[in-house]
Parts: sequence; C-alpha cells; structure tokens
Amino acid sequence: MSLLEIQNASMQFGGLKCVCDLSFSLDKNELLGLIGPNGAGKTTVFNMVTGVYPPTSGRVTFDGVDVSGQRPYRITGRGIARTFQNIRLFRSLSVFDNVRTACNLHLSHGISHAVFRGRGYRDEEEKIRAHVLELLEIFGLLECRDRPGNSLPYGDQRRLEIVRALATKPKLLLLDEPAAGMNPSEKVGLMQLIRFAKEKFGLSILLVEHDMKVVMGICERIIVLDYGRKIAEGAPQEIRSNPAVIAAYLGKEAE
Amino acid sequence: MKSWNPKLALLLALLLAAGANVFSSAINPYYYDILITIGINIILAVSLNLVTGYTGQFSLGHAGFMAVGAYFSAWVTLNFGFSFGSAVPATTTVYVLALAAGGFVAAATGLLVGVPSLRLRGDYLAIVTLGFSEIIKGVIQNAEPLGAQRGLGGIVQHTNLFWTFAGVALAVYGILTLVHSTYGSGFLAVRDDEIAAEAMGINTTKYKVLAFVIGAFFAGLAGGLYAHFKQFIHPEGFNFLKSVDIVVMVILGGMGSTAGVCMAAVILTILPELLRAVSGYSWLPEQVRHLAENRMILYSILLIVLMLNRPQGLFGKLNFGSRKS
Repeated sequence: MSLLEIQNASMQFGGLKCVCDLSFSLDKNELLGLIGPNGAGKTTVFNMVTGVYPPTSGRVTFDGVDVSGQRPYRITGRGIARTFQNIRLFRSLSVFDNVRTACNLHLSHGISHAVFRGRGYRDEEEKIRAHVLELLEIFGLLECRDRPGNSLPYGDQRRLEIVRALATKPKLLLLDEPAAGMNPSEKVGLMQLIRFAKEKFGLSILLVEHDMKVVMGICERIIVLDYGRKIAEGAPQEIRSNPAVIAAYLGKEAE
Repeated sequence: MKSWNPKLALLLALLLAAGANVFSSAINPYYYDILITIGINIILAVSLNLVTGYTGQFSLGHAGFMAVGAYFSAWVTLNFGFSFGSAVPATTTVYVLALAAGGFVAAATGLLVGVPSLRLRGDYLAIVTLGFSEIIKGVIQNAEPLGAQRGLGGIVQHTNLFWTFAGVALAVYGILTLVHSTYGSGFLAVRDDEIAAEAMGINTTKYKVLAFVIGAFFAGLAGGLYAHFKQFIHPEGFNFLKSVDIVVMVILGGMGSTAGVCMAAVILTILPELLRAVSGYSWLPEQVRHLAENRMILYSILLIVLMLNRPQGLFGKLNFGSRKS
C-alpha cells in the first residue's frame, strides 16, 4: 500500500501554475527522488504535502487520510516531517533545545504540569532529555549540544535539521536539497546518513536534490518535474537515458 | 543538570516577602511607595516579556490589560469588600479573590483581543493591540459605575510589601517554569521561526494566544495590586504611555531575559526618583542640579545611549536558573 498519494494536485499563484495536475505515490520504506530544473515546482510540492500551501485542486492522501488543506502542525502530527532548503533552525536555541522543541508534539503533559512540576512532569522531561541526547549521539552532534544551533558548520546545521525532524517521530521524511552547499566528502557522508536513518527509523523518504551523484546514488525511484508537470518517472538508470529528461536539463539538439 | 529547584525558590521568595513585610512600618513612606511600584512594574515587565520577548509578538496594549485588572478588582472590593464581615481575615480574603478575579477577567480580555489580532505580525499587531487598549480605556472613560472620567476612588488599601512581592514571585515562577519546560519551548520556537515551528508540529496560533492570555493575566494582577495600593485609579493612568513604559523595560532588559527585564524594571523605576533627589542636593553646583531638574530629558538621553550601546538589552541573554542540558 502506498504511504503518500498525490492525486491530480495543482498549485496556482494568481496566473502562475507552479504545479499542474501532478499525481504520484510513494510506498512504505521507499526512497523517492524528486528532481527537475530550477523553478520546476519541487519545493512547491513539498509545501503542498506539508500544508504550508493547501493545493489549489487535487488531493494529498497520507496513510489513508486526506490531509490536503490541513494546518502544517497537524500534518506533522500525522507523521510527515521535513527539512528546509534554506536552513530554518531556531536561531536563539541551543542544539539540544532545537531538538527538544520538536519533542513537543508527543508530549503528554500540558501547561499546568509544566508550572506545577510534579513527578509525572519530571519523569517525562527526563525521558525527553535522554531521547534527545540519544539522537544527538547517533548523529554525532553530542559534543556541540550546548552551542547555539546556527553557530555550527553548514554541514552540521543540515544534519541538525534532519535530527530535529526525526525527533517528531515521522513515518515520512521530506528532505529539501540536503546536499546544497556541501563539499564532495560531506555529500558522501550525507548519503550514508540518509541510508542509515532510513534503516534505523524505518522511514520513507522523499528527496528533492540537484546533485545528480546524490540522487542517482541513493534513490530507488525518481520523478522528474519540469514547469510543474511530471515528465518522467522510473529507476535511476531509466531516468539517466530518458530523452525528455535530457531535453529538459540540456535543451534539445537543433533539428 | 538541574541547578535550581523552582518550587523551593518560590517558597523562599514568598517567605522573604512576608519577612520584609514585617518591617514595612519602619520604612520611609516615600521609599515604601517606590518599593511597591518596583514590584508592580516587575510583574508588568515580566509578563509582557512572555509575549514580546519569548514569543516575539510585539504588543503595545499591556496597560489596557492592567486597567481591566485594576478596575475589575477594585469594583469587587468596593462592592463586596465587607460581605464576609469587617475583620481583617475576611477583608483580606475578598482582596485576594478580587486580585485573582481581576487577573482572570484581564486574561479573558487577552483571549478576546488575541484571537482576532494574532493573525497579524510586527508593526500591524502593535497597532491593533494599541487600538484595543485605547478601546478599553474609552469604555472605562464612559462607564459611570467605574467613575468614568473622574476616576474611581475610595478603594481600601490592602496591597503591602508581602502581596506585591508574592505577586512578583508568582509571575516570575510561572513564566520561568513555563519557558524552561519542553512544553514552553514552543513559545521560543514561534519567536524564532514560525514556519519551522509549524513543521515541527507546534500549533503556533495556540502558543501565541496562550502567551497573550498569560501575559494579560499577570498584567491584570499587577493592576489589582496597583488599585489597592494607590486607592484611586484613573483611566489616564493606563494610557499608551504606560504601555510604552513597560515595552521600554522589556527592551532595555533584553527581550527574552527574565532577569534582565526585572533589573530594567527596578532601574527604570528608581532612575527618575534618583534624578529628582539629585536636583534637591543643595551642596551640588547649580548647573548639575539644574540638569537633574530636567530629569525626563536626561532619562530619555540615557535610554538612547543605552540602546545604541547595548541593543541586545542591558543583560542580554542572562536568565535566572539558566542551565546546561
């Protein structure tokens, strides 16, 4: 059964059609790549799925539930987490607190607990602390846990965004250009990290990326967008030799 | 990991307030007045800090919530002050209930104001909150049972050092425990990045309204304390300038720093009085005294200099009980 299903979704801003009649689905435990030239509408697809913009028409179904038009925090609550193309860490919070904030979602205590600080509150805070520290350790960010999140090197900030997204305990993780601005060795590390996180947490992943080495290296299936339309879909090998894709990226040869 | 026990600190603060209260008759009435004003200003500044400093919502209407609390609690004690008899425990009970009621009514007003206006951000939100506080003032100015333009007098004095600083302790305790908890980290997330906060499963609307309601509650409490200290309240005492005074305390103390904001409230309450005192020292050269007489100008210049040199606030990120993870 597919985990995420997008049916005839369109996104229109005034007269501009960013995404046009797009349909695709993503299976459980699949790593699906979404590629396309600049302005093809990849990030808009992300924003549609996560509820930042409700689709103008069409449906987004996640885990059997229609989530189109729901508020982002509700969609996150259903199990979709994301990272951002331009990193959006909480700039005044430490590395630890950035991740802790994401634990808010599965909190059983409310405001009165937080103020009265009974045993239940203390136990839960302790559990969250242990969970956050464990996540930070897995991803090698434990040493810098008390530093401000945005003081980390660029690659580590990207990693922290992934850790923060994982703290919401998602079923589906959306990664928006995770390799942007990374050097070749960081990219190799990132690919290992994505594979590892997918296995360890049983995730499905939807990945937007411009770097073809990364995309071809880890994606099991790829969808190609151009001007908001799907122009190709298939395994990395097929995409590589697809004439429509080559035309979209490099232009057609003169006749 | 935990370097402080918040409940113990609260208890200690309450005991300290009770202890200080014993000596209140020995304090010069002028200083006594300043002390109480400091306490009330700390409550106002700390509660606005939750809204503006921690949650990042710029509000210019805090005096409006203070007015609601002041008038409602005064109305309660004026009408029901002696309904349990005129013995001290009975009137004190009514007073405490009136303070709480003033806080809750102010909180309800905060909810009423917050829900429609929190769709707006930054300057727009500031203007809307300013408008709401002017409406509150306008309503009071026309409400005959509340004394309208004449002000409301004849309130019995109940507020003393203990009640004031118990209020300070409660406000500081409530807000600090909240923002240090995982639940309260949502406030900071909303301030830092709303889109990221939503993506992490945080209901940003809920947090913004909550900050507004809690902030309004404590402002109402401060208003109640104020009314039962001054014994006379007037709509003009809760005007735009009062809101700005509180905003200045928050900005000067450092947004999102409770310790800094408390210090700023103390300093900004004492400073004009200090300058007043300087202008009275006859042994000082005439020019100095003359300068001090224009204390409001000096005060403003001081604010400008401070802001130019410490835009992050006097105490930056300093916080009570801040701890490493």
